[in-house]
Amino acid sequence: MPATGSSRSSSSKTEPRLSFSLSPHIDQVGVEERASRFTTRSIKKEAKQNGLRLVLNMIDLTTLEGKDSEGKVKQLCYKAMHPHDALPGLPTVAAVCVYPSLVRTARQALGNSGIKVASVATAFPSGQAPRDIKLRDTRYAVNEGADEIDMVISRGKFHAGEYNFVFDEIAAIKEACGEARLKVILETGELGTYDKVRRASDIAMHAGADFIKTSTGKIQPAATMPVTLVMLEAIRDYYFKTGRMVGMKPAGGISKSKLALHYLVMVKEVLGEAWLSNEWFRFGASSLANDVLMQLVKEQTGIYQSSNYFSVD
Amino acid sequence: MAVQKKKQPRRSNTIKLKFDTSWTYAPAPESRSVAQIAPEYDLFINGTWQKPSSGEYFDTINPADEKVLSRVAAANEKDVDKAVSAARQAYDKVWRRMPAKERAKYIFRIARMIQEKARELAVIESLDGGKPIRESRDFDVPAAANHFFYYAGWADKLEYAFPNRQCSPLGVAGQIIPWNFPLLMAAWKIAPALATGNTVVLKPAETTPLTALKLAAILQEADLPPGVVNILTGAGATGAAIVNHPDINKIAFTGSTEVGKLIQRAIAGTPKKATLELGGKAANIIFEDAPIDQAVEGVINGIFFNQGHVCCAGSRLYVQESVAAEVIRKLKHRIETLIVGDPLDKNTDIGAINSRQQLDTIHRYLAIGKKEGAEMYESSCALPRKGFFCRPTIFTNVAQSNRIAQEEIFGPVLAILTFRTDDEVIEKANNTPYGLSAGVWTDKGSKIFNMTKRLRAGVVWANTFNKFDPTSPFGGYKESGYGREGGLHGLLPYLSLR
Repeated sequence: MPATGSSRSSSSKTEPRLSFSLSPHIDQVGVEERASRFTTRSIKKEAKQNGLRLVLNMIDLTTLEGKDSEGKVKQLCYKAMHPHDALPGLPTVAAVCVYPSLVRTARQALGNSGIKVASVATAFPSGQAPRDIKLRDTRYAVNEGADEIDMVISRGKFHAGEYNFVFDEIAAIKEACGEARLKVILETGELGTYDKVRRASDIAMHAGADFIKTSTGKIQPAATMPVTLVMLEAIRDYYFKTGRMVGMKPAGGISKSKLALHYLVMVKEVLGEAWLSNEWFRFGASSLANDVLMQLVKEQTGIYQSSNYFSVD
Repeated sequence: MAVQKKKQPRRSNTIKLKFDTSWTYAPAPESRSVAQIAPEYDLFINGTWQKPSSGEYFDTINPADEKVLSRVAAANEKDVDKAVSAARQAYDKVWRRMPAKERAKYIFRIARMIQEKARELAVIESLDGGKPIRESRDFDVPAAANHFFYYAGWADKLEYAFPNRQCSPLGVAGQIIPWNFPLLMAAWKIAPALATGNTVVLKPAETTPLTALKLAAILQEADLPPGVVNILTGAGATGAAIVNHPDINKIAFTGSTEVGKLIQRAIAGTPKKATLELGGKAANIIFEDAPIDQAVEGVINGIFFNQGHVCCAGSRLYVQESVAAEVIRKLKHRIETLIVGDPLDKNTDIGAINSRQQLDTIHRYLAIGKKEGAEMYESSCALPRKGFFCRPTIFTNVAQSNRIAQEEIFGPVLAILTFRTDDEVIEKANNTPYGLSAGVWTDKGSKIFNMTKRLRAGVVWANTFNKFDPTSPFGGYKESGYGREGGLHGLLPYLSLR
C-alpha cells in the first residue's frame, strides 16, 4: 500500500521511496457505471429542499479572474452572506474563494459572518513556479487572512513520476499554511486516467492535505462524477487506514442543482453522515448558487422565476 | 463553521462509516395507475381468450403487500391439448409457410409494442414479482424488447447463420419459464422460436403470470396469426402436461435443476429435443491485484441483483486472503447503503422476495449457515411489516463443505470463502455440480485468459458481472443444463440442420 516507505532494492543508496505507484488501480468501466448509478436516485419533496439547502451551505463562491477587483469581491461577499433575502432563513455559503491579492478585501467584507475566506495560491492555476515563490504566495495569502488555501500540484513532475517532489511540495505548503486548512487541487483534467487520479489523491492525503480538490476550473474536463467517486473512495481508504478525515471539493462544471444533488447522493452513499457538512465537503462553483436558489424558490412557491429575480454578482 | 480540530482515532480497523444520515430520501413511488390489470385472466389459445376446461382459477399476489392482484386460469391436460393442436395447425398451415421476412415483421412489431408499453409492463412486473422498479424499468423490459429485435433480424438470414446447411424448424415448442425474470424469459423463449419458424405453447410461472398475459394481449394486437403463440397459466401439473404431450417437438425449460431432471426423465426415449437452463452457484473470484472498489460493487450486483433470484448470481465469493479483510469490510459497508423496501419506489435497490415459499427457503438456509458455524452479517435496515422481505446477508468463515457454499439459495445471501493460489481457486470454483457462470476480478489481462480457459462455466465475466446481451449466448455446464439461448447459438435448438 502506498504509505509504506520501501525502496526498490535494499542495496540501493537512494533515500526510501514512497511507493505511490502501488496505489490501487481503478477499473474505468466499473467506476463510471457506479457513478451513473447515483444519478438514478430520485430526490423529491423535502429530500430535495433539505438537499438544496445543504448544497448552498457547501458552496465555495468563487471568482478567479484577471479582472477581479475589490468592488467585485465585495459584492460577491455580500451575496455569500445574503444569498437571496427574498427567501428568509437560508443558510450562507461556506466560503468565498479569491486570488491572494483580494483576500484582505474579502476578509473585511465578510467580517464575523462565519464564512471562510479561501485563497488559491502556489502560482495558480498552472503551478509552474519555483517552490520558494509558491511558499511566499501561500504565506502572503495566510497573512492577509485566508482561512483556507487552495494549492495546485505540480502536474508536470507528477507525470514524470517524481512523486517525492510532489509529496514534498505539498508537505512544505502545508507547513506554510499554519492554521489554515489546505485544499490540494489535483487538476484531474490534466491527469488523464483514473489510476493517476487515485495516485495523486493518495500522495496529497499522505502529504497532509485537509481537502483534496478536483480542478482549478481553468481546464476541461473539470469535476466529473466518476473522478469525484475515485477521490471519495481514496478518502475512505485513507480514513480506514489512518483514522484521519480528509475533505472533498469537486470544482468546475457543476452549475445545476440536479447535478449537485447527485454529488450529494454520492457523498452520502460512499462516506456517509460524517462528510455531509461543509466542514468536509464543498462545491467549487460560481453559478451553482443561483440555480439552487431558483429551485428553492420554486419548491416554496411552486413557480420557476426568471433568472432576472436572482442577483448576478 | 469554525475549523474544528477534533481528536480523531488513529489506525483503527474498527472504524465504521455511518450511513444512517440526517439527509434522507423521500419516498418516490412509481404510479400504479399506468398498470391495467384485469380482475381475471383466461387462457390464451389460438389467438383468443378461452375459459379453462376445469373452470379453476388461482390468485396471483403482490409479494410486497400480499394483496391479490388478479385471478388467472389453471390449465389442465385438455387445455394443453387444445393449445398444442392450435399450435400444430398454425405451424402447418401458416407459420412455417410464411416467407421468413414476413415472420420477421411480426417479431419486429412485437418488439416495438413492448417498447411502447414499457412503463406499464415494468410496473406490472414489479407488482407481480416484487423486483425493484429500477430493474424492471431499466433492465427487464428493455432487454425483452431487445431480444425480439435481435431475433427479428435473424429470421430471414438463417442461411447465413449456418452456411451450406439447410435449416428447417422443428414444429411445436413447449416452453416453461421461471418467476425471476418473467417477461424477459418469455422473450428469450418466444423470439428465437418464432424467428426460426416454430410455433409455441408457453407456460409462465405460477407466481408471476401477469406480464406474460400482457404479452399475449400484445401478440393479439400485433395481429400475430392465431395459434402461433399460446400462453397457458398454471402450476407444475400444467407444465408436466406440456412436457408429456406427444405432439410437442421441443421443450425449452428454465427453472430448478430438480424439475430439469424430471423433464429429462420424462422425455427420455421420445424424439423431443430439449434445452434446459437450470440452477447455479457461481464463483465470483477477486484476486489481490483487482480494482477492489469496482470488484466490491460487482460482487454486490452479482448477488443482490433481483434479490438474488438469478440463476447465474455470484453466490460464492472467493477472495484472495491478502485482500479478504479489506473486501469484507467494504462489502459490509456497502450493504448498509442498499435500500430494501417497496419495489415500486424508484430508490429501492432490493425489493420483495418472490413468494412466501421462497422466503422460507432462504430463511432455512440462513439457519443452516449459522448452524454450520459460518459468521452471518446482515444489513441493519428495517424491513416493511407486510410482504416477503429479506435483508442483504453475507456469510464469512465459510468452508467449501458448508451447504451454503454448495447449494443454490436463490436469495440475497452471499457465501465468502478465501483462497491463496490460482490453482486452488480454480479447483474450488469448479468443485460444484453446477456450471452456469463465474466472475474474475483482476487488473492483469493474462490472468483473465488463464482463468476463463479453466473455469467450467457457460459464462465467465471479467471485471464485471451479470451483463446480458441478446447477441451473447447463455447457458450452462453440468447440472446447470444444456443448450444455449441468445446469439447465433440460440437459433440452433429450434432448428434441424441438414
